[in-house]
Amino acid sequence: MALNVSPRRVVVTGIGVVSAIGHNTAEFWQSLKDGRSGIAPLQAVDPALLRFSSAAEVRNFQPSEHFDEKEISLLDRFAQFGVIAARQAIAGAGIEWTQQLRESTAIITGSCVGGQTTEDEGFVNLYRNNIPRVNPFTIPRTMENAAASRISLETGVVGPTYTISTACSSSNHAIGQAYWMVRSGAAEMAITGGSEAFFSLGFLKAWEAMRVVSPDTCRPFSKDRRGLILGEGAAMLVLEPLNAARARGARILGEIAGCGMSSDAFHITQPSPDGAARAMRSAISDAGLEPHQIGYINAHGTATLSNDASETAAIRQVFGAHADRIAVSSTKSMHGHTLGAAGAIEAAATLLALKHRILPPTANFSEPDPACDLDVIPNTARPADIEYALSNSFAFGGLNAVLAFRTVFD
Amino acid sequence: MSYEELTARVRTVIATTQHLPQEKITADSTFQELGFDSLDGINILFAVESEFNIDIPDEAAKNLRSVRDVIDGLAKLLEGQQGNQAAVGA
Repeated sequence: MALNVSPRRVVVTGIGVVSAIGHNTAEFWQSLKDGRSGIAPLQAVDPALLRFSSAAEVRNFQPSEHFDEKEISLLDRFAQFGVIAARQAIAGAGIEWTQQLRESTAIITGSCVGGQTTEDEGFVNLYRNNIPRVNPFTIPRTMENAAASRISLETGVVGPTYTISTACSSSNHAIGQAYWMVRSGAAEMAITGGSEAFFSLGFLKAWEAMRVVSPDTCRPFSKDRRGLILGEGAAMLVLEPLNAARARGARILGEIAGCGMSSDAFHITQPSPDGAARAMRSAISDAGLEPHQIGYINAHGTATLSNDASETAAIRQVFGAHADRIAVSSTKSMHGHTLGAAGAIEAAATLLALKHRILPPTANFSEPDPACDLDVIPNTARPADIEYALSNSFAFGGLNAVLAFRTVFD
Repeated sequence: MSYEELTARVRTVIATTQHLPQEKITADSTFQELGFDSLDGINILFAVESEFNIDIPDEAAKNLRSVRDVIDGLAKLLEGQQGNQAAVGA
């Protein structure tokens, strides 16, 4: 093969979302466009036992509307969300499975916490209630790859299938990996994204001890920000080569143009602007772009004191004077910080923003912070014709993954 | 509990948590001098909460830069706790 063959372009033909601001892609996009936040009083756990009382939970979710009883007994809530998002994405993409396609499709998902809520229930029974047996489904429900495996079982996909766990960057790493596989020809199609559902008392107490959860709401880049708000949900994408999508007449929702990954090698929980900047530069370069071509960034924007200032410094480092011409928003202000699903949900938000030519806002914004002096699209969505965008994910452990997206004009 | 007792207990907790000899930790040592970062800070708060069986709110935990900050903050919280107990007792 000639070395100068240009890599295949990779497009997104299906998007599925389950989130605090919508149980499907249409509801999710409507909320983002309206700047409507899904942050509300915590229901899964008694907030009297915690120092914080708000969360971005998926409300009014009935597993029985999506799964039979046997399936429910085998699927933790995090896997249920992942499977439902994948079903939506696959249906939207209008895939007609053949054996050849099943063999050449990859399923790469991200999750940080997996089915720890299932494990927690079993262990409470064991340690506190003196029930000497743990449910035999605990292991298959808890494993981080439970959603990926279930999607494989349902679709009959038998290509490379696995799960990446890199804390808050999990699903950006997963999507980036899937993107590179389709681009290189290692896979002809990929189902990729992430899912998370972790509202158990033990897990929330562990977050409380980190002292980064806001007692009220999530105000990214705002001077009075008080921390992140935890959220749950899932998003899945269908990726395929542009030529294959066009050949089968698929609806093209957008393109993944590049991916960049880096490690800070700095501190286990403190972010480093240098590591974040390296990942952004690498994504821009992987996409064959120059920094000035980027018009929008869906920020990691957790609303912790250190992330938002550090991310602002990283953006200034990469873009220089062009940073003042880039619109930046954190949609975590609406769907919360979904940890291992964050990259996937924010990839969906970025793709929808480019497609609809409307940039979602940073909700709950109240006061500019000189340490976060970017155009953060405060509170109200904004029409904009943007061709290229980035979506940032920076994880505890110093692991960064950034995706570059491109609008595909019909 | 006297201020001296409180100081001694806080020094012990910090020394144990940070695996340092107690004589290295004086009431006037700053976290920076001792080489503590933000993660060390929340771990010390966790240990202090356990030692004194008290809940330290995030707002009170902000801006702790020295051993003295921890001792003084804790003294205030313990005083408040006693006040509450007195009120309940009345």
